[in-house]
Amino acid sequence: MGIADKTSPDGAPAADALAAMHTPAANASGPHAPAPHAPAIRAEQLCRHYRMGDTLIRAIDGVTLEVRGGEFVALLGSSGSGKSSVLNLIAGLDRPTSGSVLVQNRDLAQLSREELARYRLHTVGMVFQSFNLIASMTLAENVELPMRFAEIERGKRDSLVREALARVGLQGRMNHRPSELSGGEQQRAALARALINRPHLLLADEPTGNLDSRTGTEIMNIVREFNQQLGMTVVMVTHERALAERYAERLIFLADGKLVGDQSNSLMADAGTGHSSPDGRL
Amino acid sequence: MKLPDLADLALRNLRESLLRNSLTTIGISVGVASLVAMLSLGIGLQQLASRRLMKSGLFDTVVVTSRRDLRNFGREEEPNGPAPAESRILDEHTRAEIEHLPNVLEAYPDIRFITELRYEDKPHLTTVAALPASAKSNDAFEGVQGRFFSSDTAPEAILQKAFAEELLGKTPKPGLDETNVAELAAPLLGKQLTMRYAQRAAAQSSPSSTPHDSAPALSNEDLSSAAYSVISREQRLNIVGVADLDPESMRGPTRARVFLPLKLAESLHVMQPTDLREISRAASDQPAYSSVSVRVKNPGQIRATEDAIKKMGFNTFSILDATRSLQQFFAVLDLFLGIFGSLALAVASIGIVNTLVMAILERRREIGIMKAIGASDGDVKKLFFAEAGAMGIVGGFVGVALGWAIGQVINLGTNIYLRRQSLPPEHFWSVPWWLVGTAILFAFIVSLAAGLYPAGRAARLDPVQALRYE
Repeated sequence: MGIADKTSPDGAPAADALAAMHTPAANASGPHAPAPHAPAIRAEQLCRHYRMGDTLIRAIDGVTLEVRGGEFVALLGSSGSGKSSVLNLIAGLDRPTSGSVLVQNRDLAQLSREELARYRLHTVGMVFQSFNLIASMTLAENVELPMRFAEIERGKRDSLVREALARVGLQGRMNHRPSELSGGEQQRAALARALINRPHLLLADEPTGNLDSRTGTEIMNIVREFNQQLGMTVVMVTHERALAERYAERLIFLADGKLVGDQSNSLMADAGTGHSSPDGRL
Repeated sequence: MKLPDLADLALRNLRESLLRNSLTTIGISVGVASLVAMLSLGIGLQQLASRRLMKSGLFDTVVVTSRRDLRNFGREEEPNGPAPAESRILDEHTRAEIEHLPNVLEAYPDIRFITELRYEDKPHLTTVAALPASAKSNDAFEGVQGRFFSSDTAPEAILQKAFAEELLGKTPKPGLDETNVAELAAPLLGKQLTMRYAQRAAAQSSPSSTPHDSAPALSNEDLSSAAYSVISREQRLNIVGVADLDPESMRGPTRARVFLPLKLAESLHVMQPTDLREISRAASDQPAYSSVSVRVKNPGQIRATEDAIKKMGFNTFSILDATRSLQQFFAVLDLFLGIFGSLALAVASIGIVNTLVMAILERRREIGIMKAIGASDGDVKKLFFAEAGAMGIVGGFVGVALGWAIGQVINLGTNIYLRRQSLPPEHFWSVPWWLVGTAILFAFIVSLAAGLYPAGRAARLDPVQALRYE
């Protein structure tokens, strides 16, 4: 049972509520809120080199790219191509060796560790291939966790958690621990957590990598819903070209740490219908 | 992150590895318990010693002697005073003067003499001393069989245990000195003793001196005023008590084998050794005292009172100096006990470091997740600090309770032993509130210090590495 199936009969009211939940944050962010199609992310000559013993590994080697606000971009490439490293730099989890990443005109390389933490807390929502929920916490507690870091009043949190879990169809599983849920349910909870502090940017690192194709479709539908209805900019790392072609507006190809292709998705004819099968791995 | 959230998360994390964290906390508890146990033993012993001294009557007592007594203590300490021969005599007049000094409760002469006492027609030679009524509260008389004097002038006597044995013809066997005082007292209480003594009586007026006394410069009138007779007398005394005190212990007035009420002893005008010394100079037939004991209201006023008496031209002695070195001794003892007690806590703090470092390894991924979703270095650090602090506080509370319990058990055990040895029970274990508070605070601070390294390490964890780690 996917979120798309659940919400489709009454999709409009649910989307409204989600939009309502998201809007105040967008307003509150003021100058940081990107105008549609203005560059939300701009990477220039981005390099990330590691030293492993005597060898220098160029995980990212001079990548320049731009993502507009509200865009749904897929970063494609085989394993070791540097796509996850780019995502980590955009997420502020890592710092570039050289070059710059500007998110909403702020250079992440110039931010202090504390400022980067605040950036991750308020501007970015992340989902991972392995879900990364905290095993000892219930779903509700997992979703609540970013609000604890954001020091949101306790009284307000409960309703926000319920709302976020309801959006992803997990209202009945609030007090379950991640281990009691299926992979798809865990990823939906992770999406609810990514949404809870109302960020502008959703970064997804192989979000369907650990899921079967049907569950993967459910998850991707939610991601698309976030993108289309909430106006979130989505950058998704994947090695499944078909999946990218089905959901992303733009495909960026990486190989050996270099950008090797950047194209609009001409195949996105049936976007939003959710009927095509996510086959054809890269 | 706000404090309630921090505490909430910390406790949740501690609950997750309940066994390991409980063991670590027990380690802290044992450390705190050993610290509390050691220090409360030190404090308890100090209080016991102070209590004993306070009750012994020496703690708040200044012994005053005349500078004329060349055998006295502190003679060398007063090189600036008048020469001994020119110093004042310690007599009833000066005693009253001293008693009127501020903060002085009482000043009584030390009357002590060696004389013969007859019991069932058998003579016994011993030391007799007079006791003021206030000696009743002296702990030397805690174990008295019978009772204290009915009044300050009653013809009554309290015997020291060894003298009671002598009267009954019982010689204590060496190594077996645990004679029951009650057994000794039973046949003696209510019996009569006859004390023979030399009374110092005012001489009959003898205006004419011997004819061959031709020293013209000497006024015979002056000398005659100092003259007195020595008359042999007898006094019957009722035995009212037998005291269980050691005559060899340094207890001022109680260092004798037979005790009389002070006013009775004064009224008997028994010849004192000082009477002979002062005979060459005495300006009156009033007796001179060898020493006067001055009790002050509290030990803090000893010094001022001593100074005032010294100004009057007398030598003084108090055991204030002795108690000061006693305090020093206990300070050093407490320090050592504290250090030994802290060793266990130091070991426990290593346990905290170990537990938290293990927790970092285990929760590496969790830390990575928290950072990825927006936790700052400070949040992670605070979380580990809170966990260390929580273990410290819980360990502190449990440790204080444990230390208190250990103390109670040891106190109980020792008192059972003391009772078997026919000794009075003692409370030599004291856990004051400040120690409770300090121990818990100390455990908390030590735990935080132990958490310093793990917390810093967790905070510095690279989220990318942590998330890659499976």
